[in-house]
Amino acid sequence: MIRVVIPAHLRTLAGVDGELCLEVDAPVTPRRILDALEASYPVLRGAIREHGTRKRRPWLRFFACEEDLSHQSPDEPLPDPVAQGREPFFVVGAIAGG
Amino acid sequence: MAGNGNRVRVLVGTRKGAFVLESDGKRKRWDIAGPHFGGWEMYHIKGSPVDPNRIYASQTSGWFGQMIQRSDDGGKTWEAVGNEFAYNGVPGTHQWYDGTAHPWEFKRVWHLEPSLTDADTVYAGVEDAALFKSADGGKTWSELSGLREHGSGSKWQPGAGGMGLHTILLDKFNPERIFIAISAAGAFRSEDGGKTWKPINKGLLSQYIPDPDAEVGHCVHRIAMHPSRPQTLFMQKHWDVMRTDDGGDHWHEVSGNLPTDFGFVIDVHAHEPETIYVVPIKSDSEHYPPDGKLRVYRSRGGGNEWEALTNGLPQEHCYVNVLRDAMAVDSLDSCGVYFGTTGGQVYASADSGDTWEAIARDLPAVLSVEVQTLP
Repeated sequence: MIRVVIPAHLRTLAGVDGELCLEVDAPVTPRRILDALEASYPVLRGAIREHGTRKRRPWLRFFACEEDLSHQSPDEPLPDPVAQGREPFFVVGAIAGG
Repeated sequence: MAGNGNRVRVLVGTRKGAFVLESDGKRKRWDIAGPHFGGWEMYHIKGSPVDPNRIYASQTSGWFGQMIQRSDDGGKTWEAVGNEFAYNGVPGTHQWYDGTAHPWEFKRVWHLEPSLTDADTVYAGVEDAALFKSADGGKTWSELSGLREHGSGSKWQPGAGGMGLHTILLDKFNPERIFIAISAAGAFRSEDGGKTWKPINKGLLSQYIPDPDAEVGHCVHRIAMHPSRPQTLFMQKHWDVMRTDDGGDHWHEVSGNLPTDFGFVIDVHAHEPETIYVVPIKSDSEHYPPDGKLRVYRSRGGGNEWEALTNGLPQEHCYVNVLRDAMAVDSLDSCGVYFGTTGGQVYASADSGDTWEAIARDLPAVLSVEVQTLP
């Protein structure tokens, strides 16, 4: 199972608490995680990736294993600790607003 | 209270959540529920005139984009419905602030206007300016692209607050007729349910655009209409309060003796089609009331002659703004008037504006106020 952490506002929207666990086929990539997330919680469609283009929304970032993976290809396999469920994949809201 | 109802529900959208205020017909004691969707910008919340328990809300965020929420129990519980607003075809470009061509991009829903006849049908005015319609309770949205594509779209440009479609007026006598307004493009009218559109800006004069009486480009802030008089519209423009009596074909100025004719809101008394309200704001760069005095101005003759309404409103050191969607009226026998401020106050008058009281004082900045008159 892949562990995923999403921002508090998205947890409220999805009606979930804490970390999420998702079934994701290998190779585990950001795209596959987000596809699985949106399939399980359709209310999140458009909230992390734009409708249509499916690009990451500009004020969100993807972190894992203490790395910012936001700018790599969404089809790039994620580090083994994420793929093996030892480390979570983080969707993080950018600090903004002072 | 008799008349058209005996309770009121005030729907308040703020920068950080939605609030629902309810009172009986006396409008003295208020129950306040919220924040709903705390932390989100609630641009507009409006109930269906067909089913007052059906309420639509625009929930938006720079981080997470657009959500549409729907309530079927008068705002107690909510369900997220469709949030995909896709322009028809390749949307092309409009003018950017520097005059260059800028691609059309969806940003948020500014205004939701439920149908007068069907609780599942609702219109959405969005930024970048376009009109969308849902016929399934907000689950799916289709653009009425005849507006954006009618010919002048490439000349539209954003106002300081963005290029939003903020006003949607429906005519109860003619379901094919729709009025809309856009900052900063102007006012438009459709006679065929939104398929085709024409600009209706003749008579508007705007010194801040190269051609002051251009067909489009005017920064219309708000249009109001009394339901019984759909040929008569009242407009608060960037500067100037205007009126038309031929459905927008010709406008004339009715600013009269206002201390300043800049402002955002305008509304019409529920039972007196010639009684209108504005809140003058000092200038386009000083978005607060003149002299630090928060005054609603009322005209009982459809404009030109205005009286200041001050009883119960702060008359010193007040520097709040009242945004374009933040005034509404109820339809009780003694018409109630409501408005919200960027300082988080919601003021109400149960006597057509003669006296005012803050019914909420410390909310986040208020973006919108709507009122439902309930049985």
